[in-house]
Amino acid sequence: MAILRVENVVSGYGSMEVLHGLSLEVEEGQVVSMIGPNGAGKTTLLRTIFGVLRPWKGKVYFKEEDISGLPPERLVRMGMAYIPQEYNIFPSLTVQENLEMGAFIREDDYRPRLEEIYELFPDLTDRRQSGAGDLSGGMRQMLAIGRALMLNPELLLLDEPSTGLAPFLVDAILDRIKDLNDQGVSIFMVEQNAYKALQISNRAYVLEGGEKRAEGNAQEMLEDEEIGKLYLGR
Amino acid sequence: MEIEGILSFLASFAVMASIYAIFSLGLNVHWGYTGLLNYGIAGFFAIGAYTSALITTPKPTGVLADFVDQAIGLNQPFLVGVLGAAIASGLLAVPIGLLTLRLRESYLAICTVGIAESIRLFLNNEAWLANGPEGLVGLPQPLHGLVPPQYYHYLYLGIVLVFLALIYFALERGIRSPWGRVLRAIREDEVMADADGKDVFLFKLQSLVLGAMIMGIGGALYAHYSAAIQPGLFTGLFGTFIIWAMLTVGGTGNNRGAILGAFLVWALWSWSTYIVGKVVPAGLQTRAPFIRYILLGLILVVVLLRRPRGIIGEERQVSRF
Amino acid sequence: MPELIVYGIILGSIIALGTIGFTLSTKIAGFCNYSHGDLMTVGAYIALLVNGTLFSNVGFLQSKIGPLSFGLGLLICFLPAILVSAGLAILIDRWVYRPLRRHGAPSIHFDMVSLGVAFIVRGVIYVIWGADYHFYFKGVRSMLFLPLGIKLRPDEIFIMAVAWALVAVTYLFLGRTRVGKALRATADNPDLARVAGIGTERMITWNWAVVGALAAVSGVLYGIETQLRPEMGWLFLLPLFAALVLGSIGSITGALVGGLVLGMTQQISTAWLKPTYKPAIAFLVMILTLIFKPEGIFGRRR
Repeated sequence: MAILRVENVVSGYGSMEVLHGLSLEVEEGQVVSMIGPNGAGKTTLLRTIFGVLRPWKGKVYFKEEDISGLPPERLVRMGMAYIPQEYNIFPSLTVQENLEMGAFIREDDYRPRLEEIYELFPDLTDRRQSGAGDLSGGMRQMLAIGRALMLNPELLLLDEPSTGLAPFLVDAILDRIKDLNDQGVSIFMVEQNAYKALQISNRAYVLEGGEKRAEGNAQEMLEDEEIGKLYLGR
Repeated sequence: MEIEGILSFLASFAVMASIYAIFSLGLNVHWGYTGLLNYGIAGFFAIGAYTSALITTPKPTGVLADFVDQAIGLNQPFLVGVLGAAIASGLLAVPIGLLTLRLRESYLAICTVGIAESIRLFLNNEAWLANGPEGLVGLPQPLHGLVPPQYYHYLYLGIVLVFLALIYFALERGIRSPWGRVLRAIREDEVMADADGKDVFLFKLQSLVLGAMIMGIGGALYAHYSAAIQPGLFTGLFGTFIIWAMLTVGGTGNNRGAILGAFLVWALWSWSTYIVGKVVPAGLQTRAPFIRYILLGLILVVVLLRRPRGIIGEERQVSRF
Repeated sequence: MPELIVYGIILGSIIALGTIGFTLSTKIAGFCNYSHGDLMTVGAYIALLVNGTLFSNVGFLQSKIGPLSFGLGLLICFLPAILVSAGLAILIDRWVYRPLRRHGAPSIHFDMVSLGVAFIVRGVIYVIWGADYHFYFKGVRSMLFLPLGIKLRPDEIFIMAVAWALVAVTYLFLGRTRVGKALRATADNPDLARVAGIGTERMITWNWAVVGALAAVSGVLYGIETQLRPEMGWLFLLPLFAALVLGSIGSITGALVGGLVLGMTQQISTAWLKPTYKPAIAFLVMILTLIFKPEGIFGRRR
């Protein structure tokens, strides 16, 4: 089953159209990346999927249910989580409080899940009471992901998780993302660092100027010369 | 005689409405064309009125000096007073602009409130300057001897309409000029205009000064019409808020809208005074004027909720709002 | 001078209470609420209504508590003041701000509309109570004579106690409860809060409840300290804004510090300037902050 399906979505800001009829899908259990240059509309796409923006035309389906334009509060309950690119933590709250906020809508006791997240990201354990704003870039990203995981989402939307991170940290984060996928979480990732993104993905799309330029198996795209020239900087 | 009474009333109504229309045009330059949130119109109003008053009256001498404290009295003609008012108001806008224009809009708003308040406090407390809370009276009225006193309204109306027309046409020309186009571009998208190499700050400052000068003229015209001014007159309601209501109702970004809004809201204001006078029992009469607060507030809220563009709305040449 | 500092702390505590609410609502509701001061006024006048008009006429609970100038009657009135202010704030949100949110109106419209709301609320108070000053109680008030030439009224000790108790309660609420943390999160990063599933509308309603309550208490306290007039809340706007900017928007600690600094600065200024210039002093503090450290003491340069 396609856990996420985007059908001919047109979207934008104010009177400016950014996405011109985009379609894609993410199979359950896969890691799918969307690469492309800056300004291509990658963040707009994620925001349209997650209900921050309403699609002007087209539809979005989650687990085959029409979620087009539903607000984030609903989607979070349905099993989707979104990690924005910037400002993706609550800087004036502690690490622990950030995670607690991730579990805000949980009816049941979130504490077992909290411990699981700390096991996943052991570096955060020592810093439970630290202000999140004092964390380094790599730790912030981990916290941002941890927050999103508090509700056991089935699908994780990530906006450029490698932003502002040193290369070895980028590998660390992407490895964690792959680990999550091994545990059953479907991943849809938008990334600037196309090469590394493709390495951990099953499938990939190329977005440029609000339109789909290419799609296919990630491994094949890695080896494709043209794609390498245009988007992977080879 | 009935007719005369009505005409006279209409004339004085039109004078005040026209003076307020001038303020409205000034606010339109600030807010409608440049997106500057000026909540301190009362400050420019007061500066204009007081400057003109101080320029056109003589320094008190003899017996009068015992009752009236006035630091400056130049005893110049009316037009010099109006000119002085415009210049003083414009000059005031310069430091305000330098301080606040680089800030976010919300900060500009509260800063203008603070400045207007400070001006009022200063005029009120520093009695040596302009007689403090008692204010200045006996301000000269231009061309006073020309007609019998009961017809003075019509004469002054003529004077005010001339100013209004001049300002209106000047603004209409201005907004279609290259300068005006840049101003509109800034309001549409400041980042883009900046990237285009236009000095955004300078344009905003010019707009602030221009609007302030217009408001200063309004203040002077008011002062010479009522012939008496006190600091307590330039309150938030009477000196700032009512003008906002006028521009919002008439149509932000549109000079004709500014004038229309002024006349409409002033009509509502005068009419409500009349109605309240008739309807409210004598005991509550002192409270009745405060109904205007509620009325104006409601007007502003309702217009912003239902029809934020106002009655006329912005002209098609400028797209947003 | 020591007396001025003490008065400054008293005044500052009242301002701080108002500023905590103001800083929260600026971040959570997303605009500068020009009618915040008038929520204070409403609280003060409701207490006047219930205690002054209702209770007094039947002589209910009017005997003064110890050295304080007022009886249990006024004390009880904190409750209706809070309820009405909070309720009014929520109603105004439903009728005015929520429709604007639905239309996607630019944030400037909210500022403008809140100015309209401010005038409406003030107009209603003017019409019901008139423009004269009102007092919670008449007569001479007892005085305590402390070292350093400080004269304090027992009422003022009460004011400090209440203000700081409320600050403590607010701290606990925001720091320990689930809703409190969610409010802080929403104030900290409204977009992320939404994305994390924290419903914006619910938070906004809670926000107005808290803001209204804090404003009501500061209004009543100010009425106890001085007197009631319909402009009392509006006159607070300048010090509130100045404290907001100084303490950084969104920072609760900053609101506290900002409030205290503003209170003290204003009081100390009366050593050289006439007291009526206090709003101008507040304005000066704000301008200086905006020039030299626009992000405030506790802010981060994003």
